[in-house]
Amino acid sequence: MSSAIEALKALAEGFGTTFKHLGRKPITEQYPEYKRPLPERTRARIVLTCDPGGDERCVACFLCSAACPVSCISMEAAERKKDGRRYAGWFRINFGRCIFCGLCEEACPTSAIQLTPDFEICKRDVLSMVYEKEDLQVNHGGKDREYNFYRYAGVVTLVRGKGEHVKETEPVNIRSNMP
Amino acid sequence: MASWIIGFVLLLLKMAVVLGVLLLLAAYLVWAERKLLARFQVRYGPNRAGKFGLLQPIADGIKMITKEDLMPDGADRFIFLLAPAVVAFTALLMFAVVPFGEEITLFGQNVPMVISDLNVGLLFIIALSSLGVYGVALGGWASNSKYSLLGGIRGAAQMISYELSLGLSLIPIVMIAGSLSLVDIVKAQQNVWFIFVQPVSFVIFLISAMAESKRIPFDIPEAENELGAGYHMEYSGMRFGLFFIGEYVHMQVLGALTAVFFLGGWQGPFLPAPVWLLIKIVMVALVMIWIRGTLPRLRYDQLMAIGWKVLVPAALINIVITGAVILII
Repeated sequence: MSSAIEALKALAEGFGTTFKHLGRKPITEQYPEYKRPLPERTRARIVLTCDPGGDERCVACFLCSAACPVSCISMEAAERKKDGRRYAGWFRINFGRCIFCGLCEEACPTSAIQLTPDFEICKRDVLSMVYEKEDLQVNHGGKDREYNFYRYAGVVTLVRGKGEHVKETEPVNIRSNMP
Repeated sequence: MASWIIGFVLLLLKMAVVLGVLLLLAAYLVWAERKLLARFQVRYGPNRAGKFGLLQPIADGIKMITKEDLMPDGADRFIFLLAPAVVAFTALLMFAVVPFGEEITLFGQNVPMVISDLNVGLLFIIALSSLGVYGVALGGWASNSKYSLLGGIRGAAQMISYELSLGLSLIPIVMIAGSLSLVDIVKAQQNVWFIFVQPVSFVIFLISAMAESKRIPFDIPEAENELGAGYHMEYSGMRFGLFFIGEYVHMQVLGALTAVFFLGGWQGPFLPAPVWLLIKIVMVALVMIWIRGTLPRLRYDQLMAIGWKVLVPAALINIVITGAVILII
C-alpha cells in the first residue's frame, strides 16, 4: 500500500514538473534573429591580415598550404621590386573543401592567415566557395595587431640590413671574435 | 421517395462534416502537440510557418504529398500498400457511431445527430479498434525489414495485453446504461456522468485507450530509440502520412469515446451539443499530450504485467461489485 502511495506521489510530482514548465520562457536562441556572440578564437572563415603599416603580412612561405590537411590553400610567391619583400602573387582558398581546423593559422610565421568567427558562408554555387586573394584580404591585423614580421625577424631586405631589426644585436665580427 | 433522397443527402452531408472536422482537427492536433511538447521541454516548437506556426500542418501536408513514395525491395506489395489505409480507415470509421447531439427535426424529418446509431455500437468500436492493429502488424511484416517486423510483433503483443481490459472496463457502463448503443449510453448520463459512478472503470479505460493509441507511455511498437520508427519505418510520403493521420484521428476517437462513456457525451449547459463534444475531445487530447510530455516509455514486459496483473483483475472485480450494487438497488 505504501508503495502505491509513493508511486502516486511520484506521478503527481512528474506531472507537476511538466505543468510548471508550461509557464517558463523557452531557452531557445532563435538563430537568424538572434546571433549569439561567438568567442574571438572561433574557427570559421579565413582572412589574410596586414601589418600595422598596411603592408600585407603574407610572405608566401607555403607553410599553410603544406600544413593544410585537405589541401585547400594554394598560392604563388612573388617578390616586391622596391624592397625585396616577398608576397603572394595569387592566393586561393577553396572553402568548399576547408574543414576549419586552424592548422594553417598555427603554421603561419607572420600571423598573416587567421580564422575569424564569421561562419555564415553558405553558398548555392560550389565554385563561388573558392575565395581569391582580394576576397580574403582585410585591412587590419586581426588577433595580433602590433606584430610586424619584417621588423622582428632577421631577414635582410633592401630596407633593413643585418642587426637593424627590433631586439637584434649587432652581428658578431668573426675576425675579432677569436678565443 | 423524396424523403428517402433527403435522408440520403443529409447522411452524406453529416459524413462530409464529420470527416472534414476530424481531419482538420487531426492536423491541428499535430500542431498543438508539437507546440505543447515544446513548451513542456522549454522550447518554442514550430513558429516559422505563419503566426505561431499555424500554417505548419499545411506545410507538413505539402511535404508529405510531394515526397517520393518508396517501397523497399522484397516488400509484400499488396499488403504494404494496404496497411496504412487500414490504420486510417478503421480510425475514421469508428466515428460513425459517435453521437454528437440530440435528434433534431429538419425538413419535416427526424435527423439523428450521429452517422449511424448502431444498437451494437460499443461492439462495433471494439471490433474496429482490434482491426486497426492489423494495419500495424501487417505493415510491419510486409516492409521486409527487421525493425518493422519487431514493431509489428510488438504491436500485436501489445494488443492482447490491453484489448481485454479495454472491453472489460466498458462492461459496467453497459450494465448501468442497459444498452450497447452509444446514443443510449449518453442519454443514460442525463443526471450524473459515469466518471463519478465508475471512476475505476474510467482509469482502466483511459490506460487501455492510451495503450491502444500507441502513444508515448505505450509507444512500444514505434519506440524510436530502439526500433528506429518501428512498424512504419519503411514508409515515406503520404503513406507514412496515413499512419500519422490514423494516430491523431485515433486520439480524437478516444477523446470522443471517453466523452461518450464517462463525460456525458454531448451534454452540457449553454453551448450547442456538438461544441460540447468537441470541447471534451480536445480536453482529453490535451491531457494525452500532457501524459506524453511527462511519462517515459514502458518496457515491453511492464506493459504486459500492467495489462494482465493489474488492469484485468481490477476490471473484473469492478464488474462484480457493480453487478452486486445494481442487484441491491
